[in-house]
Amino acid sequence: MTDKKRNTILFLMLAAGLVFMFLASISLGSVTIPLKEVFTSLTGGQASKSTWEYIIINYRLPKAITAVLVGAGLSISGLLMQTLFRNPLAGPYVLGLSSGASLGVAFVILGAGFLPSFLRTIALSPYGIVMASTLGSTLVLLLVLVVSQRLKDTMAILIVGLMFGSFTTAIVSVLTYFSTAEQLQKFTFWSMGSLGNLSWSTIGIFSVCVLIGLLLSAGSIKPLNALLLGENYAKSVGLNFKKARLIIIFATSILAGSITAFAGPIAFIGLAVPHIAKLTFQTSNHSILFWSTLFFGAAIMLFCDIVSEMPGFDITLPINAITSIIGAPVVIWLLVRKRNFR
Amino acid sequence: MKNILSTSNLNIGYKSKKAVTTIAEHLNLNLASGKLISLIGANGIGKSTLLRTITGIQKPLSGKVYLNDKNISDYKPLELAQNLSLVLTEKLPPSNLSVFELVALGRQPYTNWVDTLSDDDIEKVQQAMQLTQIEHLARKKHFEISDGQLQKVLIARALAQDTPLIILDEPTTHLDLLHKVSLFKLLKKLTQETQKCILFSTHDIDLAIQLSDEMIVMTPESITQDQPCNLISNGTFNALFKDENIIFDAEKGKFIVT
Repeated sequence: MTDKKRNTILFLMLAAGLVFMFLASISLGSVTIPLKEVFTSLTGGQASKSTWEYIIINYRLPKAITAVLVGAGLSISGLLMQTLFRNPLAGPYVLGLSSGASLGVAFVILGAGFLPSFLRTIALSPYGIVMASTLGSTLVLLLVLVVSQRLKDTMAILIVGLMFGSFTTAIVSVLTYFSTAEQLQKFTFWSMGSLGNLSWSTIGIFSVCVLIGLLLSAGSIKPLNALLLGENYAKSVGLNFKKARLIIIFATSILAGSITAFAGPIAFIGLAVPHIAKLTFQTSNHSILFWSTLFFGAAIMLFCDIVSEMPGFDITLPINAITSIIGAPVVIWLLVRKRNFR
Repeated sequence: MKNILSTSNLNIGYKSKKAVTTIAEHLNLNLASGKLISLIGANGIGKSTLLRTITGIQKPLSGKVYLNDKNISDYKPLELAQNLSLVLTEKLPPSNLSVFELVALGRQPYTNWVDTLSDDDIEKVQQAMQLTQIEHLARKKHFEISDGQLQKVLIARALAQDTPLIILDEPTTHLDLLHKVSLFKLLKKLTQETQKCILFSTHDIDLAIQLSDEMIVMTPESITQDQPCNLISNGTFNALFKDENIIFDAEKGKFIVT
């Protein structure tokens, strides 16, 4: 069982890497806090400067937790979609789920002016935005699903996702035409993606959403393995296909929807990370892929966060730009060595 | 000889909103354990419909299909998976599955919720791979092996599912003569060694006549189940293709072009 040994070693390295990235993302930023101080502060001790402690508790720690949730959630939703659609290029961003969520949020932020005032406050609360965004992503996913059953061609599904993307962009630009400068600014900032805007209480709601999605995904490990053989074989080994598909769709929608709502549309993580996990562990078994994708997703998102903070400089780059800069070449590289692209 | 699957007065076909298309009526077929049974018929005659109906994928127009004396429509998906396994013609979706992992997926009806293989499962998988002689491929990816090998792997997967009945849909298409023969011989060996019943559809009629215990012949007029020698003497094969260019030579036991 050399495979088992290799996987254990890989998982240990991955876990160590994740912990390191977590501490590093708290340590690095416009102000560098020594790792030792980060450690003391996180374990309940007193950091030697009170400003450091303040920064850690109120800025860096919530941001690091958000990064872990976003990275893990997006990557898992990508993994689910790649297996469900039998398409290695599927992912929440590529299939238009993020665009759907954006559209939902755009309607709420930009269209709130048309609502009576009591509804406006509800709509603009974190709950309202999550609802709108989850609704948007679910809607797009259902549409993609309907289309994918008519078109068996996997490339066609991607084109449909792309079309949804440009369609929502068009609707959003129509909406922006009618909105105020203040609303527009709010939406633009949201659309650039950000991990750092969440208070501790919003992180509470956010982690509940992501946790529900991850638990449903963990429960789908066996159906996902069956689906590797295609729908008909999966049914022949006793899979209740309709029920399994419903759970997978719901899990993907709540993950992609809530993440897009809280952190903005974040590109490429959902597409690239499952492939990195598959290439590293050389398997299609979802009981291994689930955990490796989860760990890789969190670690890579933390890394992107560190890069976007530009340690030592006073500026912060939008996180969406960083994930695209890192993710797009990964996808191209995967396509070029297509022989192993599965 | 124990009957595993039987049909009583089965009518098969399609129901659409406008009309009912009947493909065959009053079918009384019996599939017994330890038998290798082939299903033959011209293209478009309805072999797939028959297979879909007796595997419970499609509802019969009327009549019943019994699997182990229980109506197939009363089976829960999991229970059905423990009694009937399939080898289909469709291509596998892209994945990184190794041959071992693919065969092990046959154990899904028996594994826990995270799909962990018990020692018993691993033993069953290894047995299936021994019987089909694919042990040396275990660590290869499923897309790295030849069509003939892949077909054996898919049969091993069905064997690992540990069911009294295995149904294969055209397992010999895309294979050359040598591999067709070796595949048929493998199926024959499996029925003898494991006492399973194996039903397969095929267009390789000459080989099927030589190797199967029984044959189900579909013609536009009727569906007949019998031993190959009886079917030859009945002249059933003459009705298979309605064409003056091809006739069945009863002495040689094969079709010849005129």
